[in-house]
Amino acid sequence: MIRLDNISKSFPDKQVLKNVNAVFQKGKSNLIIGQSGSGKTVLLKSIVGLHEIDEGDIIYNERSFTKMSFKQRMEIRKEIGMVFQGGALFDSSTVQENVMFPLNMFTDLSIDEKLERANFCLNRVNLVNANNLFPSEISGGMKKRVAIARAIALNPKYLFCDEPNSGLDPITSIVIDNLIKEITEEYQITTVVNTHDMNSVMEIGDNIIFIYKGEKWWEGSKDEILNTDNKEVNDFVFASELIKKVKPIR
Amino acid sequence: MKLFFHIGRYTVLLFKVFSKPEKSKVFFINLFKELELIGVNSLGIVAIISVFMGSVITIQTAYNIENPLLPKYLIGLTARDSILLEFSSTIVCLILAGKVGSNIASEIGTMRVTEQIDALEIMGVNSASFVIFPKIIAAIFIIPFLTIFSSIIGIFGGWLGGVMAGVTSTEEYVYGIQYSFNAFYVFYALVKTSAFAFIITSVSSYQGYFVSGGALEVGKASTKAVVYSSIVILLFNLILTQLILS
Repeated sequence: MIRLDNISKSFPDKQVLKNVNAVFQKGKSNLIIGQSGSGKTVLLKSIVGLHEIDEGDIIYNERSFTKMSFKQRMEIRKEIGMVFQGGALFDSSTVQENVMFPLNMFTDLSIDEKLERANFCLNRVNLVNANNLFPSEISGGMKKRVAIARAIALNPKYLFCDEPNSGLDPITSIVIDNLIKEITEEYQITTVVNTHDMNSVMEIGDNIIFIYKGEKWWEGSKDEILNTDNKEVNDFVFASELIKKVKPIR
Repeated sequence: MKLFFHIGRYTVLLFKVFSKPEKSKVFFINLFKELELIGVNSLGIVAIISVFMGSVITIQTAYNIENPLLPKYLIGLTARDSILLEFSSTIVCLILAGKVGSNIASEIGTMRVTEQIDALEIMGVNSASFVIFPKIIAAIFIIPFLTIFSSIIGIFGGWLGGVMAGVTSTEEYVYGIQYSFNAFYVFYALVKTSAFAFIITSVSSYQGYFVSGGALEVGKASTKAVVYSSIVILLFNLILTQLILS
């Protein structure tokens, strides 16, 4: 479980996060949604420590991340897997080397054991016969799968995904969403997904947090989000013509 | 004030860089890759520059000491000392600041803007040490060898250019490069080169590591890496020369 206690974050010209409180449960897909520029990415990067927060606390299973030293943070990060928006795969390494990277860095497994684990993770994300390809040789959807495979290589306790569907077609997006949900439930990971894709929300949103102008504006499940009276949430959820057509049916 | 900010941030970065690698095996694999990238891949350009540089120094020296009172072997002697003291150490390092420095800044800068550096941090890897440390160690180790290589090729180029231009003979040139040889000059050149190697890699890495934005900023960082490395090399050339030779 991850708990956010009143976290705030400012940049020199702007306050991006204002007193955000949230709890992300284990084994659930926790979604952070909101418009571009609302502070979603800053929130996600603050939770993993890529941005230092100004106020508040971030608690990983009763351990205060904010109060940890650099070394303690490095240790807790070994329990974290993260899927970046662009994949963030290492360009000069093959798919297999990318997945093996955390194993090379943090385990004393033999080369055969590492290969076995890497192949298991790649199979888990339904990626076969791509081991020796470089990131530049694979599609966007495949990159996301490799990123997920790399993120789960060390059996993380926490999985963070920053816009895992950006740049993907709707069918591949659903495949990636379901993969994240399956992995979350199968390995009982605390998963936090940052998205503005309503398809993702309806597909995997166990717990949804809506961020508006840097504040937590609304929280609920995927069933509740369609029936809320919150104006800002409705403006966001029913922004597209397609979903506007869905609402009267409900 | 900005200068102090950069010096401070550069110093903090170096503290992060010089920490024990997480995995020695991975560090040595990266080190050997860097030795190839920085050293072996620079052999061609260093050889080309050195041979032409040696030739030009020899011919220029010959035309500047056209005096019957001055012995001809002075051409070889002057070319040797110029190559050893300045050209193979400082000029070659300035060229390497262009080739290696821009490469390092753009590589690390691209890693930054494509979130590869963030990915390393999230995994619990000290990204500064993982990415920069092997480059610095490889450069400090291999660039002095490039200097020695450049000196040899430069002196050979001096002979080739001098003989082909008819300004000296093989005997006079060989006598000149052996005459009154001071081995301390080699030591001086190697000390200078090691310092320059550190400057090239650390300044360029700094420029790449703190890039924010996109491709345009990576390009700017690459240019800054070359410009600032060159300026710092020239500054330290003066300081080290005064310290070692005075």
